[in-house]
Amino acid sequence: MELRLENLTKIFTNKTGTDLTAVDDLSITIESGTLVGLLGPSGCGKSTTLFMIAGLLKPTRGKIFFGEDDVTRLAPEKRGIGLVFQNYALYPHMTVYKNIMFPLENMDVPRDEAIQRVKDMAELVGIGSMLDRKPAQLSGGQQQRVAIARALVKKPRVLLLDEPLSNLDARLRLQMREEIKRIQRETGITTVFVTHDQEEAMSISDKMVVLDFGVQQQYSAPQEMYNTPANLFVAKFLGNPPINSFEAEVKGGFLMLNDQKFMKFKEVKDASYILGMRPEHFKVSEKDSEEKIKVDIKDIFHVGRDTMIHFELNGQNIRALVDSDSVGDKDKTVDLTCKRKRVYIFDKDTGKVINHG
Amino acid sequence: MASLIKNIKSSFRKMTTSIKTFFWDLRRASNARKKKIGAYLDKKNLNLATKFPGWARALVYLSPALIVLSVFTFWPIINSFRLMLYEGYNMSNNTITGYTIFGNFIKVINDESFLFAASHTEGTAVMNTLIIVFISVPVSIFLSLFISVALNSIKPLKGFFQTIYFLPYVTNTIAIGLVIAYMFKADGGLVNTLFGLGKYSWVEQGAEYWRSMFVLIFYATWGTLAFKIMVFLTSIQGIDKQYYQAAAIDATPRRRIFSRITVPLISPMIFYILVTSVIGSFKIYNQIVALFGVTGRPAGANYTMQSIVMYIYQYIDGGGNNLSIAAAGSLILFGIILVLTLVQMQASKKRVHY
Ligand SMILES: Nc1ncnc2c1ncn2[C@@H]1O[C@H](COP(=O)(O)OP(=O)(O)OP(=O)(O)O)[C@@H](O)[C@H]1O
Ligand SMILES: [Mg+2]
Repeated sequence: MELRLENLTKIFTNKTGTDLTAVDDLSITIESGTLVGLLGPSGCGKSTTLFMIAGLLKPTRGKIFFGEDDVTRLAPEKRGIGLVFQNYALYPHMTVYKNIMFPLENMDVPRDEAIQRVKDMAELVGIGSMLDRKPAQLSGGQQQRVAIARALVKKPRVLLLDEPLSNLDARLRLQMREEIKRIQRETGITTVFVTHDQEEAMSISDKMVVLDFGVQQQYSAPQEMYNTPANLFVAKFLGNPPINSFEAEVKGGFLMLNDQKFMKFKEVKDASYILGMRPEHFKVSEKDSEEKIKVDIKDIFHVGRDTMIHFELNGQNIRALVDSDSVGDKDKTVDLTCKRKRVYIFDKDTGKVINHG
Repeated sequence: MASLIKNIKSSFRKMTTSIKTFFWDLRRASNARKKKIGAYLDKKNLNLATKFPGWARALVYLSPALIVLSVFTFWPIINSFRLMLYEGYNMSNNTITGYTIFGNFIKVINDESFLFAASHTEGTAVMNTLIIVFISVPVSIFLSLFISVALNSIKPLKGFFQTIYFLPYVTNTIAIGLVIAYMFKADGGLVNTLFGLGKYSWVEQGAEYWRSMFVLIFYATWGTLAFKIMVFLTSIQGIDKQYYQAAAIDATPRRRIFSRITVPLISPMIFYILVTSVIGSFKIYNQIVALFGVTGRPAGANYTMQSIVMYIYQYIDGGGNNLSIAAAGSLILFGIILVLTLVQMQASKKRVHY
């Protein structure tokens, strides 16, 4: 089932009459059977988007399509979706078994088949032995699996997950991440996965949408987004350690760093820009012919097989992650280089990336 | 002018700050004192919390409530036991002719207006009370549940409707009774006019037992609706909205949302209301007096609308030997309520989700 959002907008009007645009003109197409990560900082409109897809919130403008059907005005119960809430929303007075059974009781399913489906789904998410317990008797991770089972048991056309892993510890989070991916692959359900954790989104998604203040920033595959960010916000939002960003000038076609000519950008106009360079994209220069820059090392840390160098570029503290063998502890200076396509030049006002071939 | 306002504002702020600081320091001092006293008590091994066992401490903490209960509840119960055992009690010179164990009970039970009616009359205190309890309690609970769910689902004028439904609670029972009696008047009453029933007699001369009972139950139900609606509405509003959203996603019909989500989630409140209204209905008195007078007998009727409590009162009024009968009657009422409450508690264990 393909899922298509067209100019989706949600404006909340609060009591004093001021408007808040929680989702602003969002248009994306989610291909059938893919898992799309909806990523953004807290309060950027992720849950709002999800709730509009679910039908729990009415869009102010725009349309939602499931395949060819326009479901914008359709009530949530008619959409055939599964939703895992940010805090699970398991019915506290029902056992795990009854919680998972609940959606099926509202459908036209024979009893034997329903029982079988509940048991199969419980096995799939690994809570088969806890069917008689109440949600309060489960750990957060187990509750979350029940919530996923409840959403999946009715074989929804679309699965929506709202930060389902936010309450788990790091190890369980990793494990559940893989499990969700596996379940999604096995069932082939079109899935939207909301998270504010960029690493989680990168590892689980086939494609990602990044939102900021309700505005879509970029929609592409994780690695592509990482390597070719559309703007400064996306560049800053992805990656750990975060990208280095600082002001720099292009003068006479040359990018100037610490008053040295670093790299030639013929296509870029002479002006002041924001530059983005990821720590791991720096390399210690080995050839004379390369375009490079000499920097004074301020600090040096060894982190496993990599070495983190701190230095200054245009008055900003910069971090670079380089091969441990390429720099010595005693070195005072080092020649650094970077692939041309990994030097991101952003417009100073709009933050948009400037293509430079 | 502006500077004056500014001055006032700043001095006001200073004042509130110093007041807040004063209370802060007060709390600090008291904290320090408590800590000191605690340390002292610990040193002398006098700490209540560790020195005395739990039940002893519980007794100390409960003592104010226990004293009040003893004076106004336990002592009267014991006293009724005492009175119930007397035969031929004379209050004015405080003499008795003898003792009996079941004598007064037997008198009460054989009384034609208490349990089994004589052939030419209808209605007895126990029967009337049971009918009222077993009809008005379930009806009022169901009605108030539905009304609260309905009230909760409307948005405009919510406060207005809530106030309307709450009005009976703050209105005098007797006053409501008069209004109800007026509504059900045979000649020009609202009900007869509205339904075009002519001069149909409800509570006046010529009304049959069940008509009077219908009006009484209507009155008893309606009067208690307000409080129940308020309790249910408050607890429904306390339910997390996400459960309803989840139910909507799962295409749950309204009826099932009500029975499988709303009712179980407020079941502790429903249970509380059930127990208190069963007890309350067993003690029905005001409403009957308001409609049928202190005798509980509509003019010219061959039946009585008396409740158990009215029956008991009637014998308290008599004084003397009758007090023993009143005592026996109250002990029967006490027994019925006790048993019913225990049954409800037992039954609730499975159905109430805390
Ligand atoms: N019912 C509402 N009324 C008014 N404003 C709302 C409402 N729901 C959400 N908002 C606002 O809309 C914006 C987006 O909220 P949303 O819940 O979609 O954020 P989110 O991306 O899910 O954040 P989080 O990661 O913290 O869950 C927020 O600024 C929030 O304050
Ligand atoms: Mg959210």
